[in-house]
Amino acid sequence: MPGGEAPAHNAPVTARQGAGEGARVRLRGVHRKFPGGVVALDGVELEVAAGEFVALLGPSGCGKSTLLRLVAGLDLPQEGTVQVTGAGGRLAYVFQDPHLLPWRSVQGNVELPLELAGVGRGPRREAAAAALAQVGLTDARTRYPAQLSGGMRMRASLARALVTDPRLLLLDEPFAALDELTRARLDEELYELWRRRGMTVLFVTHSLGEAVFLAQRVVVLSRRPARVVGELQVGLAGRREPALRTTAPFNDTVRRLLAMLQEGEVG
Amino acid sequence: MRAALRAALPPLVAFAAGNALWEAAVRLLEVPIYLLPPPSRIAAALVTHAATLGGGVLLTGQAALAGFALAGVLGVAAGVVIASARWVERAVYPFTVLLQTVPLVAIAPLLVVWFGYGVRPVAVAAFIVAVFPVIVNTVTGLRSVDPHLVDLFRLYGAGFWAQLGKLRLPAALPNVFAGLKVAAGLAVIGAVVGEFVASYAGEQAGLGMLALTYARESHTDRLFAAVGLASLLGLALFAAVGGAARVTLRHWHASEQERP
Repeated sequence: MPGGEAPAHNAPVTARQGAGEGARVRLRGVHRKFPGGVVALDGVELEVAAGEFVALLGPSGCGKSTLLRLVAGLDLPQEGTVQVTGAGGRLAYVFQDPHLLPWRSVQGNVELPLELAGVGRGPRREAAAAALAQVGLTDARTRYPAQLSGGMRMRASLARALVTDPRLLLLDEPFAALDELTRARLDEELYELWRRRGMTVLFVTHSLGEAVFLAQRVVVLSRRPARVVGELQVGLAGRREPALRTTAPFNDTVRRLLAMLQEGEVG
Repeated sequence: MRAALRAALPPLVAFAAGNALWEAAVRLLEVPIYLLPPPSRIAAALVTHAATLGGGVLLTGQAALAGFALAGVLGVAAGVVIASARWVERAVYPFTVLLQTVPLVAIAPLLVVWFGYGVRPVAVAAFIVAVFPVIVNTVTGLRSVDPHLVDLFRLYGAGFWAQLGKLRLPAALPNVFAGLKVAAGLAVIGAVVGEFVASYAGEQAGLGMLALTYARESHTDRLFAAVGLASLLGLALFAAVGGAARVTLRHWHASEQERP
């Protein structure tokens, strides 16, 4: 590929890997305290298998974002270990808000990760076009973030994460600021993307329904300082369609999760 | 075109009305011309001394522009250095504030000692007063970068220069332009004040020197003409910076976007 000095971790999305190539994540006794004395994480144990879709569920401000930043290597724990294997550096992060560069077009924003990795213009264009097509933003590629709706901005943010064909996708309450309908649609699309591409997904949310709808496994965190208070294999069969949200198994799982959350509240 | 006309009309009407009032007051009250000349006399002086005044505009404009350009380049560079680390900021920032507090009139003679007479000390005087707002605004802009985007750049392995060129500087642009707008007017003021000290009177005199000479000679009408031209010069520089800001920021920054 032109720009051959590019590290392997940012191969364009067109060079798509087969399913099951996700990274593994392992956290052992992770403890993170902030300078002010606030303990965000207190002995977190977590294991995520390759290609698994795991939702981290917990009350607002419980330290879920801190956990994600540790996994991304953007922060370090005081105690314990954070291990990510098999990612080859191909990690992507989606924030709660889109956080696009407002001076760049949608296309320019999506190309950014490849640009930073030194990928040449041609492959960059191609990969961005593919990523934009996946999130349905092809027609908006020349527009600027200020000209987009909240949902479209989030799609652009998602495309930016997908453009490097990540093996580990970290999402921090990505659709929380969107309206219910847009959020549900993006949930469905995210699920489809995961099913097709087989990367490992760590999805932080405080929505029970979203966790059950998306994840294979839900890990429940306690109020701050966060510890893992329980987990649940979801094991819902079939496609992710709106109708799923009203079925008995779905609601039953939500109820069980709610009980776990409440237990975590009490401590 | 129509909208532009409609926007220009109110200030033009106000200008005409103000001048008419001024003219009438000076005539009716029989104010001596050397104290306050009527607008008609100032306009006449402007025409009669067009060559001298025009030369002054050129000379002062040159010095102000040079000082402004220097302030833009060095101000942004200094902002980048200051914002690069907290300890640098703590070490350097107090001294940049000195730039703001030092009395220009007092150090202008020193500029003559260093740079001789002519356009150079005048340009340096313009630079000294214009650079501070550029530095302060650049530092503010570089500081207010979205920390999530900094995380994103780190995640994708961006080094210092990539972060500066693709994130921090573009993010700071609206602030940099705000600083440059303030600097534009200040550069002309700095040049005029610099000329008070660092210029010869004569054929090749800037607006500041001309103003000084006219005041000594009690040619108040010409003095007003020179001062008016200096103000217009500042206004022109300000408008040019504003135009550049509009072109650069219109796609993405709220400050330059038109609301429907």
